[in-house]
Amino acid sequence: MNIAQIKRRRRFLFLLLGIFAFSLSGTLVLLASRDSLVYFYTPTELLKINNVEGKLIRIGGLVEIDTLKRKGDLTINFIVDDGQNKIEVEYIGILPDLFREGQGVICEGKITGDNVFLASKILAKHDENYMPPEVAEALKKSGKWREEEKFK
Amino acid sequence: MIIELGHFCLALALSVAILQFILPIIGIRLKSNRCLNTSIYSSYIFFFLVLLSFSALAWAYISSDFSLMLVAQNSHSQKPLIYKITGVWGNHEGSLMLWILVLSIYSMALSLLGKKLPLRIKSIVLSVQGLIAVAFTSFVLMTSNPFLRLLPPRLEGEGFNPILQDIGLAIHPPFLYLGYVGLSITFSFAIAALILKQVDSIWIKWVRPWAMMSWIFLTIGIALGSWWAYRELGWGGWWFWDPVENASFMPWLATTALIHSSIVAEKRNTLKAWTILLALIAFSLSLLGTFIVRSGVLVSVHAFASDPSRGIYILLMLILFTGGSLGLFAMNAPKLRSGSMFSPISREGAIVINNIIFSSAAATVLLGTLYPIFVDALTSSKVSVGAPYFESVFIPLMVPAILLCGFSPMLTWKKGVLDNVYERIIFIFIFSVLATSFLVYLKGGAAITFLGIFLGSWLFIGTIYDFAERTLRGKSLKSVIQRINNYPRSAYGMSLAHIGVSIFIIGATVSSAWRTEIETSMEIGEEVFIENKKLIFQSIKNNQGPNWEAEVAYFKVLDNNKNVSYLYPERRFYFASQMNTTEPAILSKLFYDLYIVLGERKSKNEKFIFRIYYSPLLNFIWIGIGFMALGGIISLFDKKHRIIYRQIKQNKKKNA
Repeated sequence: MNIAQIKRRRRFLFLLLGIFAFSLSGTLVLLASRDSLVYFYTPTELLKINNVEGKLIRIGGLVEIDTLKRKGDLTINFIVDDGQNKIEVEYIGILPDLFREGQGVICEGKITGDNVFLASKILAKHDENYMPPEVAEALKKSGKWREEEKFK
Repeated sequence: MIIELGHFCLALALSVAILQFILPIIGIRLKSNRCLNTSIYSSYIFFFLVLLSFSALAWAYISSDFSLMLVAQNSHSQKPLIYKITGVWGNHEGSLMLWILVLSIYSMALSLLGKKLPLRIKSIVLSVQGLIAVAFTSFVLMTSNPFLRLLPPRLEGEGFNPILQDIGLAIHPPFLYLGYVGLSITFSFAIAALILKQVDSIWIKWVRPWAMMSWIFLTIGIALGSWWAYRELGWGGWWFWDPVENASFMPWLATTALIHSSIVAEKRNTLKAWTILLALIAFSLSLLGTFIVRSGVLVSVHAFASDPSRGIYILLMLILFTGGSLGLFAMNAPKLRSGSMFSPISREGAIVINNIIFSSAAATVLLGTLYPIFVDALTSSKVSVGAPYFESVFIPLMVPAILLCGFSPMLTWKKGVLDNVYERIIFIFIFSVLATSFLVYLKGGAAITFLGIFLGSWLFIGTIYDFAERTLRGKSLKSVIQRINNYPRSAYGMSLAHIGVSIFIIGATVSSAWRTEIETSMEIGEEVFIENKKLIFQSIKNNQGPNWEAEVAYFKVLDNNKNVSYLYPERRFYFASQMNTTEPAILSKLFYDLYIVLGERKSKNEKFIFRIYYSPLLNFIWIGIGFMALGGIISLFDKKHRIIYRQIKQNKKKNA
């Protein structure tokens, strides 16, 4: 076997190793993505979709003014509104810094049987406009979007 | 007036950048050294113009000039001076100004330090730098001009997002940008090599220190951002696999691969084309990071305000630089002469596997980060890819990398013999199993905890073993000292950085696996226990700051009823933005962090909500990253980087 052949064989071996690593990572990607994708819905979209109960999803909209209530020690209830439909959200814990009534919010959690959204995470955004893009889009769809909202 | 001058300087800088880009190309065509030399002067002029322009903007912030739209929207007269200054880059326009300033610093540094660099290489590198400068300066002037006036001027600014008013975040962007933009130098060097179709050891000697420097800055920059998230967001976590975090993590992974492959390229004169490709990819990923953060295509808890037209501009830039450079690579890389051979079991072989793993890791992070964009484009449903994806992909990928890292420094170059390394591997294995069993015996834990601790100890023991074997082999004390003295700094740096990785792994594993979390409401005088600490909620007081007022909870912490310390979590209210923020209080010890967040007061009664975290070994994360950065810094000062000049001289003599 001459040197060129040895060289080629070695390169081939490395290539195989590389492909192996990449395909392994690809498989891992597929295995993982089944339960780590979290879909986002507005309250209106939620009405149209079935079998989301018990699945981890995100919802978003405006926190309706004067709906924030406290039950017990740590439980908080409020209503999220996308301009057309509403959903009640329940959350246990300390609200993030940027949470305010009348402003946009994204909640991650699950729908329980009685149409209450049990949030496990409330996303606090710290951009300059305090408006998550999904919520902005949902509000635009329902015609509730005001341009001045951008510069609050 | 100052503002207009700043604006003018920036416009002037754009034209200088255009010259810096074009003149060297003409120079190469006409074979005119005078033409090539201009690029050096344009890089100086560009730096001074950008510095003036940036200072004008900073002046507007410091003097609270609310006739400037940017200042009126993002600043406030009552804000402390330090945050007025750092507020310059706390928004889109200003952060791009910082980007350009850093770029101009790097170009100038190259002109200054590269006096001995062959003029052809140097001017092509500066020309590519000029092109990058043109792209970014025109981007700022056309879509994100910071010098726009507001008519009529405001009396008071709208305030700066209080969460961003933190020292960690104030210095995080400059470090991150020093890393991002430093990669532009390695990118330009790679382009120069492809155009000239030559990669010699001098070229690689020039690229390595810049790659290393970018890596150090990226490491520190990412750590600062993470440290800020830990102290400020009140979730007790430090990494969330958020798109913006991933945006900085992907170039880091690529640069980590680059600093390893460039060792092989330098020492063994092989893997050259691959090193060039990595340099191109690393800078492309840092541009992609800018795109992700600035375009707002992805939902992120860290998202900045965004504007679609900007997104399109950056996307075009990304296509130009990534597409163009990869095209050039495809055309010219096969013409580069291939280097020497090596066996799969050798130091080079191990580094190739490291590169494959790190590239795969960057690719999977990229896939997870961009996946929501694809899904949105194809099905218009909104998706987010969560931490479970990244954890289940990233951790398994890193396992073989860490295992390999534990013994590969012991392999010889070119052709290693595993037989010689076997007994060392067994030694490392036995001791890391012992260390792991001891720790797991103390606390117990899941399989993943076991794995993390094992990998951490494996790498730690392996690195120490390798270092000891190389230095303590001397027969007498004198020869040992001599060995330690002669040990190259780059090798010290490597050992230190690998030790840092091992400490980091242990910190990251243990702090999440053995973390305790309590969420409770307490009255004044009430007590709560976490681990063996007794926390007494003593009182609540009001406090005033320059632009906020706060409720402060006073906590007394008793460790085993003996050591007393105090913690004061706050809940602040910022007047300007009418916002509440929580300021967690952290008792940070070497072996644990105690973290208290004050929630809102419950109406009517005197109860307050608290969230308390106890995270063991959390500081190991920061210490580990610190060691990694320190290792990089030490290897940057290796002797061989100083002998570059001598070698160039020798080569010239040979050629002459």
